[in-house]
Amino acid sequence: MAELHLWSGLRALADGKEMVEIEGATVGQILDGLVAAYPGLEPALKRGVSVAVDGQIVPNSRNHPVKPDSEIFLLQKLAGG
Amino acid sequence: MALDGQKTAYKYIGTTPNRPDGLDKVTGRARYGADISVPGMLHGAVVRSPHAHAKIVKIDATKALAMEGVKAVITRADFPEGLEGEDWDLQENCMAGEKALYDGHAVAAVAATTPLLARDAAKLIEVTYEILPHVTDVDEAMKDGAPVIREGAADFSVPEGMHPNVVRYFDSGRGDLDKGFAEADLIIERSFTTEAAHQGYIEPHACLGQMGADGRGELWVCTQGHWFMRRMSTAVLGIETTNIRVTPSEIGGGFGGKTTIFIEPLSLALSRKAGGKPVKMVMSRNEVLRATGPTASASMDVKMGMTKDGRITAAHGTFRMQGGAFAGAPVDVTTMLAFANYDIEHVHHIGYDVITNRPRQAAYRAPGAPMAAFATESVIDELCRELGLDPIDTRLKNAAKEGTRATFGPKYGPIGFVETLEAAKAHPNYSEPLGPNQGRGVASGYWMNWGGETSASVAISEDGSVTVSVGTPDIGGSRASMALMAAEAFGIPYENVRVNISDTGALGVNEPTHGSRATYASGLATIRAAEECIGKMCKRAADKWGIDAEAVVWEDGCAKPSGPNAGEFPPMTIAEIAGEMGGTGGPISGHYEDSPAGFSGSFGTHVVDVEVDPDTGRTTILRYLVVQDAGKAIHPAYVEGQFQGGAAQGIGWALNEEYVYGEDGRLQNPVFLDYRVPVASDLPMIDTVIVEVPNPGHPYGVRGVGETGITPPLPAVANAVRDATGKRICKLPLRPSRVLAAIQGKEV
Repeated sequence: MAELHLWSGLRALADGKEMVEIEGATVGQILDGLVAAYPGLEPALKRGVSVAVDGQIVPNSRNHPVKPDSEIFLLQKLAGG
Repeated sequence: MALDGQKTAYKYIGTTPNRPDGLDKVTGRARYGADISVPGMLHGAVVRSPHAHAKIVKIDATKALAMEGVKAVITRADFPEGLEGEDWDLQENCMAGEKALYDGHAVAAVAATTPLLARDAAKLIEVTYEILPHVTDVDEAMKDGAPVIREGAADFSVPEGMHPNVVRYFDSGRGDLDKGFAEADLIIERSFTTEAAHQGYIEPHACLGQMGADGRGELWVCTQGHWFMRRMSTAVLGIETTNIRVTPSEIGGGFGGKTTIFIEPLSLALSRKAGGKPVKMVMSRNEVLRATGPTASASMDVKMGMTKDGRITAAHGTFRMQGGAFAGAPVDVTTMLAFANYDIEHVHHIGYDVITNRPRQAAYRAPGAPMAAFATESVIDELCRELGLDPIDTRLKNAAKEGTRATFGPKYGPIGFVETLEAAKAHPNYSEPLGPNQGRGVASGYWMNWGGETSASVAISEDGSVTVSVGTPDIGGSRASMALMAAEAFGIPYENVRVNISDTGALGVNEPTHGSRATYASGLATIRAAEECIGKMCKRAADKWGIDAEAVVWEDGCAKPSGPNAGEFPPMTIAEIAGEMGGTGGPISGHYEDSPAGFSGSFGTHVVDVEVDPDTGRTTILRYLVVQDAGKAIHPAYVEGQFQGGAAQGIGWALNEEYVYGEDGRLQNPVFLDYRVPVASDLPMIDTVIVEVPNPGHPYGVRGVGETGITPPLPAVANAVRDATGKRICKLPLRPSRVLAAIQGKEV
């Protein structure tokens, strides 16, 4: 299962965990699995997050592949000028 | 570094041809937003609140509508109800509802047959206000008893007990701060403030909107992103997106401030109410400064620990930002990037997004990063001074590099921070002797860049020239960069490529030119679309020669047999293939669309020398050096231009630019005479060094370069002033009165 790391502000919504293991082959499946396991995270995900898979930030890419040993970080929603 | 499949030898990339839009721009032929006119059009004007915070009791347009030539007046009653989230914020900001939330907030708009008539009619619209208490300072807005801008604006993230003006809360970090600070030989903690700074684009917002009786319309507009413009404007008006076609004009600067809407839905609503007549709207500078942008102002506390030999052991930052009357101050990005240049085990960030009675902030070049850099890089400078360490060597000791776990979580891929530091140290500016009252400052910065939704097409013309269609407006020379990348891919001269910025009816959705993404993302799409064309042209040649397409290669603008076994055929040029395409299968074009994820961040290091007049406190920039990683500079002159532009804007933010609000909550300096951006005579030639550590996620190694350059100047200039005066000033701007007060030992 992939390791999904949460920024500290999200941990209170995930039983205090910094890292959770979620099964899924894509970013979308991982995020859906995260909300299923921790429904309190849904507002944060709806507000918008960025996802980094193995060091690569993959914006708007729910279909981006995830490997069983991938390291995933939820990041703030990115923007730019 | 593994760069499998990445091109490394170039014929056109790295050259500096003239930009294709250059002649039009220097001769006045280029058409900007206010240059668009059509027969029978009306002119719009906006009635704006003179109050920072007021209930709108009544709007009476009787006198205005009685004027001959006045065709329509709109208020919030002409917009649909029931919007939520960001759509409601956009609507409320474009046209006030129950309350005016800041000085300059639009409360009504009028369309008339001439601009003068429209402005006169606007003056006759009578608005009755009930003035409410206001607050414009971020720290004041968080205190108990501060006026509440809007109840219920906070989201799920805000802890209980916070003032209702705190609308978002961020908390991120890792490690054990107590342990990290215990390892330090020196800990320094300082509090900083920065003022709101406007993007300062030369061209004010301008548009021409037309809405027909059939509910369909057109919008010609100066914008960084016309698909954003379409989505936002139609959401505010409650119509389907494809009912409006948006065509971008040339753009006289944006820097993030033209990624959202202000007057555009008003022109469409006025047109709709005026029976479908087109309505042109052009903001004055006063309106631009009072009602658009700027970026957020910030109040920050940063604490860092360091060992005697210069290793950063721990870092903690609290960042409070106000972005006007709506959620959205970029403190979320601040809490990711504040310490991102460095390899720090124990790090923690806290952020507060606070609403005040100021205009809704808009993105501004690396939103959220320059303020954080001012705080963190100033503290690092203080640590180096106290410990007697060289500022570049210390940054090298802590620099993030490939494999470093970023302070925001994931590990970095190939990055060029170390290379920028080494190049800065080796540059002659770093060893130039300094005279009396002169000082040197060093600072570094980072921007993570962006990919974003991207769609581009490439078409071969009958004579073998090439048309590229992209959806990212050209702000900084991107048409030249696209043409160079297409020329490189096809192996044809730069002059044989024409790049068009297409309207919303011609391509799939494109995000704006923002996030330093245009050259990366539209460039990648251009290359991939060109490759599709090349594949088709190889097939046409193969068919003609009667061989397999796999036996044909593309080199120097020609299809050629791949080797002796493929047969003996003379190369077919792109012109020859194009000349026959009508009879060999029809038009040849290529298309590519993606939300590319291969973007990679850019690090920069700046070195500045200043002289401070001890009698007046005026700071003069003597020398300025920008060193930044471009991955691969497609058009080096325009890369240098981005470096210099970022530095110039950052110098302005550091030394002069600020929003000054009176006791009545009104902006006191809404003109360029009083809102002081740097002009050419204020600055020396800004020296540049382009570092090239290729980005593996782009065929040619491109990294975005537009935003990083504004991140280091705030602390670099402040550190130089500290060096020159012996005084650490933790508030920006470093205007002469503030610097003089510090020199005189007064509290600043």
